[in-house]
Amino acid sequence: MTGFLTLLYKELLRFWKVGFQTVFAPMVSTLLYLLIFSHVLEEHVQAYPGVAYTVFLVPGLVMMAMLQNAFANSSSSLIQSKITGNLIFILLSPLSYREIFFAYVTASVVRGLAVGLGVYLVTLVFFDVPLSSFLWVLMFALMGSALLGAIGVIAGIWAEKFDQLAAFQNFVILPLTFLSGVFYTIPSLPPFWQGLSHLNPFFYMIDGFRYGFFHASDISPYFSLGIVAACFVAVSWLTLQMLKRGYKIRH
Amino acid sequence: MTPALEVEQMHKRYGALRVLAGIDLKIEPGEFFALLGPNGAGKTTLINIMAGLTRATSGRARVMGYDVVSHYREARRMLGVVPQELVFDPFFTVRETLVIQSGYYGLKNNGAWIEEIIHHLDLSDKADTNMRALSGGMKRRVLVAQALVHKPPVIVLDEPTAGVDVELRQGLWRFIKQLNREGHTIVLTTHYLEEAEALCSRVAMMKQGNVVALDSVRNLISSVSGCSVRLRLSPDTLPPALQSLMSSREEGCYILTLAEYSQIEQVMAALRKAALQVLEMQVLQPDLEEVFIRIMGTHKIRQPGTLPI
Ligand SMILES: Nc1ncnc2c1ncn2[C@@H]1O[C@H](COP(=O)(O)OP(=O)(O)O)[C@@H](O)[C@H]1O
Ligand SMILES: [Mg+2]
Repeated sequence: MTGFLTLLYKELLRFWKVGFQTVFAPMVSTLLYLLIFSHVLEEHVQAYPGVAYTVFLVPGLVMMAMLQNAFANSSSSLIQSKITGNLIFILLSPLSYREIFFAYVTASVVRGLAVGLGVYLVTLVFFDVPLSSFLWVLMFALMGSALLGAIGVIAGIWAEKFDQLAAFQNFVILPLTFLSGVFYTIPSLPPFWQGLSHLNPFFYMIDGFRYGFFHASDISPYFSLGIVAACFVAVSWLTLQMLKRGYKIRH
Repeated sequence: MTPALEVEQMHKRYGALRVLAGIDLKIEPGEFFALLGPNGAGKTTLINIMAGLTRATSGRARVMGYDVVSHYREARRMLGVVPQELVFDPFFTVRETLVIQSGYYGLKNNGAWIEEIIHHLDLSDKADTNMRALSGGMKRRVLVAQALVHKPPVIVLDEPTAGVDVELRQGLWRFIKQLNREGHTIVLTTHYLEEAEALCSRVAMMKQGNVVALDSVRNLISSVSGCSVRLRLSPDTLPPALQSLMSSREEGCYILTLAEYSQIEQVMAALRKAALQVLEMQVLQPDLEEVFIRIMGTHKIRQPGTLPI
């Protein structure tokens, strides 16, 4: 247990020491999104009856910030350690591949939650965002960050250069988040795009998370949570296999 | 007694490149052992396999009896490795680095030992300095400290003195010798053969993934028969009878290579006969470097399938 806790502590200390970049900067950029989109679209979009567009936007942006930062945490930590070579300090130790996996994922969750909570608290100063069920909010926040933390581990192990990681981020993570219904509700889309959105696991995370705030969603939150949990199990299994074999890290 | 390190029929390939071609090696507890060989011989690969950083293509390795694959946790607790590459984590200070490394091994309350290592490696002044701000030599010391943080019975140092100044080198070896006296098994690789000769009881010489010599330093040196003689003469000419023995000229001296010590008599007789005055004469014993050069120069690599040496 001490080994796992130490690695977790090291991962937390790592992002906390550069908290300006890892927590504060993403909060600012998320709030900028909120400012711009709400200003541009306030008059034109009505997502849920009786919910102002800006207020509708808040949970989606909070979730997006959490997902992106959870991904960034594990993936950038791993690729930095690989490229600078200091990953060997972990590989030389008796830490098991499971401990390594859970430490990286937990640190990602903590960073995701720190950024998400930060954004949420700031928006509360300006807008009246309801919170219908804290439990649903928490469940989706945890599952979503954990899933992206695990995907980040895969990306960090797979990528050999920073550009490859950037490509993964730009061509996989970013489209999936933008097309997940952060800025709109899915029923407002043409049928083809609706169908496509339902194949996107990020959609279920956003939709379920939003349910926790407005008690309204496109899909049953139970179903969404099931999808997200299933994705987490599948991705974790794959990540654990990679770590167990030492894929790209033990030659 | 369980060997400190044991390697059996270790093979490693990278694609078509054969890096280890069936290494067998046994190192006893308490030994001070050197792994020598030119660049690319496979020393680091062998060490990395023992440390679990690299996976063998086939073969087994054990540290204090624990298989490095099936009992990797125990094996890694028994082993401290100072890597060849100068790696560090730029996010942390020296002390943070050591406390974290100690935690990876499940150790709590290891502060006293960490302070002791910091003291012995002369890192006290830099203990709270960020790793990024340290010189190369200092970073190397931290790597040594990290390898010792869990008091491993077996310590492997992969070229720990490459590019390191004399003072640090001496300080480092003093500390490592002390650890060896306290019972730790030491394995090192180095390109400074005089270092290996002075420190180690036994050496293995590797070439192209094979162990081509494995013996005590004394036996290896005595396996090279004969000696060299260094002469300064007046007048400065070598008698024709001795021309065939001359191997080189250095700073006005003649270096003669003799197959046996008894040839010294012939040399003296020839000098007397030519009525030359001997201004200076030195008999040079063969050293490990000479053994190394001879073995690396002459040794034919056995083909796969033939018996190990
Ligand atoms: N990851 C790798 N991929 C391909 N070849 C490698 C890899 N690591 C080492 N090698 C090759 O293995 C050989 C042995 O290297 P190494 O064990 O570092 O030798 P030494 O430490 O004796 O100098 C070299 O030819 C090196 O290029
Ligand atoms: Mg090497």
